Amino acid sequence: MNGYPVRTEGLGMSYGRTPALHSISLDLAPDRIHGLLGRNAAGKTTLLSGLAALRPASAGTILIGGQDPFENERLMEHICLIRESGDFIPDRRLSSNLRYLQLARPTFDLDYAESLLEAFRLDPRKRAQTLSRGQASAFGAIAGLASRAPLTMFDEVHLGMDAPSRQRFYDELLKDFVEHPRTIILSSHLISEVEHLLETVTILHDGNVLLADEADALRTRGATLTGPSALVDQHADGQTVVGLRDLGPTRQVTVFGDLDEESLRSAQADGIQVGSVPLQDLFIHLTNDEPREGS
Amino acid sequence: MFEGREPIYHQIAEAIRGEILSGALAEEDQVMSTTQYATTYRINPATAAKAFAELVDEGVLYKRRGVGMFVAPGAAARLRATRRAAFFTERMDPVIREAALLGLSTEDLTAYLASQGDLEQTTKERP
Repeated sequence: MNGYPVRTEGLGMSYGRTPALHSISLDLAPDRIHGLLGRNAAGKTTLLSGLAALRPASAGTILIGGQDPFENERLMEHICLIRESGDFIPDRRLSSNLRYLQLARPTFDLDYAESLLEAFRLDPRKRAQTLSRGQASAFGAIAGLASRAPLTMFDEVHLGMDAPSRQRFYDELLKDFVEHPRTIILSSHLISEVEHLLETVTILHDGNVLLADEADALRTRGATLTGPSALVDQHADGQTVVGLRDLGPTRQVTVFGDLDEESLRSAQADGIQVGSVPLQDLFIHLTNDEPREGS
Repeated sequence: MFEGREPIYHQIAEAIRGEILSGALAEEDQVMSTTQYATTYRINPATAAKAFAELVDEGVLYKRRGVGMFVAPGAAARLRATRRAAFFTERMDPVIREAALLGLSTEDLTAYLASQGDLEQTTKERP
């Protein structure tokens, strides 16, 4: 089974009279790993809940594999959203939780799930409610991976895990994704660890899409210029400056946009250091509403 | 790994070119698979695949169906020829600019080069 493409057009979602998403248009290609980034309360979970048809849209359309998922039982079997809260039966053992998932999802691979339990050192006899936060996150990751759903979404699940477990999760995700390509959406505000896993990046901010692009393209759209203040200013002139920091007479600016490679080369020739901008920094600069320090 | 502003697939391709030039990868050697690359460096498999596609286009790697990717015959010689063409403009020009900034003369540079001995000899002696 192949992954589903995900499309939304003018999607709005609200909690009562409070709007959480404003007119979101997304176009996520199938069989890729997509990143959904945003600060707390940016609307990531709301958007994923909409894609998983856990909440109705207040405006616009959602098409998953070309169909509206809302109250579409057949389609829902193939859409898996793993939330940080975990959606497990608390007083049942992990092994029974997995068997239940196998009944609910036609693509679920029980053998794979059991091998993952072992890899993450989880005891199948434990009851879901007795898991620590990290173990619950790991169990969520296992449920999501083994679902092999054509659309699998992980809503910040990796955040509860410790560093070795997170690395194990990334490794398992990549390995299984190669063997069983499907559409994966990872949401996070912790970006540095996942940035190289992602093929596309969508940044949500205050319920709007701030940016959506190929991860590789984003990397080339940002640069830092470091050198003597006056010289840096001269070379940054005309580019979009999203960050600025002064260290004595040395200034570092972060520029973003359709950068002029020719002028970057001339900056370099003038002795300015031109560096890359990690996605995490770009994200911080672009979603920081506070007035910028410096000058 | 993956520090520069270049897309990651360029950086991977460049690393493989480097290994071929240094002899770490010989002609007809098999290179890691996309999956191995992706899991080893924790990068998206499509990124690794793009790097391989670029090297196949250049004739540096070739694909044996169902087996994997291999270093093409003559790959090192071809890479060397391309790099030689770019060596002076891309590598030497910045050095010369820096030397000028530091007030070094042409004589200083040639004296240093001469002190390094015969370059061709150095290459031949390398294991």
